[in-house]
Amino acid sequence: MIYSKELDSNFKLLIAKEPGGENIKRCFSCGTCTAGCPVREVTDRYNPRKIIRMALLGMKKEVLSSQFIWLCSSCYTCYERCPQDVRIPELMNAIKNIAVREGYMPPAMKVQIELLSSHGRLLEVTEFENDKRKESGLPLFQGRTEDVKRILKELGFYHEEERGPS
Amino acid sequence: MKKREDHLKDTSYTLFLGCTVPVRALNYEIAARKVAGALDIRFHDIPDFSCCGYPIKSISHHAYLLMAARNLALAEAKGHSVCTLCSSCGGSLAEANHELQEDKNLRQRINEDLYGWLGLRYEGEVQVLHFARILHRKIGAEKIGGKIRADLSSLRVAPHYGCHYTKPSAIHGRAEDPEDPKSLDELIRATGAQSLSYEDKLSCCGGGVLAFDEQVALGMAQKKLEHIHARQADAIVLICPFCNVMYESNQKKIEKVFQKEYKLPVLFYPQLLGLALGFEPDELGLKMNRIRTTDLMKKIVRRPA
Repeated sequence: MIYSKELDSNFKLLIAKEPGGENIKRCFSCGTCTAGCPVREVTDRYNPRKIIRMALLGMKKEVLSSQFIWLCSSCYTCYERCPQDVRIPELMNAIKNIAVREGYMPPAMKVQIELLSSHGRLLEVTEFENDKRKESGLPLFQGRTEDVKRILKELGFYHEEERGPS
Repeated sequence: MKKREDHLKDTSYTLFLGCTVPVRALNYEIAARKVAGALDIRFHDIPDFSCCGYPIKSISHHAYLLMAARNLALAEAKGHSVCTLCSSCGGSLAEANHELQEDKNLRQRINEDLYGWLGLRYEGEVQVLHFARILHRKIGAEKIGGKIRADLSSLRVAPHYGCHYTKPSAIHGRAEDPEDPKSLDELIRATGAQSLSYEDKLSCCGGGVLAFDEQVALGMAQKKLEHIHARQADAIVLICPFCNVMYESNQKKIEKVFQKEYKLPVLFYPQLLGLALGFEPDELGLKMNRIRTTDLMKKIVRRPA
């Protein structure tokens, strides 16, 4: 049941202000996105038309705290087909950006932030990889960069003091 | 604008490897460098490149643009266009590039942080192209066809385009129709091999959801393995290391979860091309391929030099 008292009619405006979310109000619920969605084909837990409808209705908490917003595979099939140019994968990112700000960061993203801060990349290039590169005649890698850590730190996504010994 | 046009004629590129290639798809890099050399494409390296920014896009658009712009700024200082092997890196960098080139105010805002924190600036002068796009557009199937030194005509391979190589089409300069792309088929046919059509050829590998829901991601990859298996293909040919994670690294797991057997060899396009150009399998990193390629190798007839 949806209770109108619990709806936040400003939610769609909040999304529309977020980069990628600008076109949310154009959606007329045709379902082209969902019909061609490869994620939807294997699970009914992801339904972009429903998510957009929920967002437009103002079901802020239900959308932001959900796991389904993280199931978009960013394949851009719907992006190309949407007759209203809602740009759904970018819209999902806009919603996810808001969710993170509201404290709903999924564990998988915490792990990725940690890795990116430590290595500047998702996968560490160790001596093992560099040895293999040397063997194969490939130029060697500089294992890490502090720049990514700096970006994530300045924007408040990485807090050095909270880190345990690595 | 003149500078950008100059880049189009150049066949020197700065190679952007991203996170996955150097650790999980070294064979892709080895083969790409080999065939690039044979086709007079010159690669330059920047050891200080970091992640393209793609993973952080879902957390913060601003952080994503900064990470992408950092790499683009490093490439701009070197003066060449960027060539990516990973379709996701290519899409992510091209998309950020598109935004930063189109919106001067946005570029200015990004540059304030980029300069303040890292001492870098990006002026929007770099082009980002996927290696397959360079092969198709700059070298061309005809020139490739003229250099073939082995007979691959009995090989039946299934092309996997993946998503970010063609989509969103607007940020890739509408290089080809994302609903009916042809470049990879043409590149495959240029090697002499047969390029198969199959059900749901353009569907996504599922890699984008792997970190959030493994079962869903494996289910997506399984569908494609099933469709390709139905065509009795000798291999799937792809151009993205993350698609490779789904179809090759996870193939055994998929077989176990779905109680199926595929044993479908997975080749990176530069490996297929390298074989056609007459390179030895070892020169193309084929011993690093996890699914045995011995059966398909038997179908290749080498021509005397």
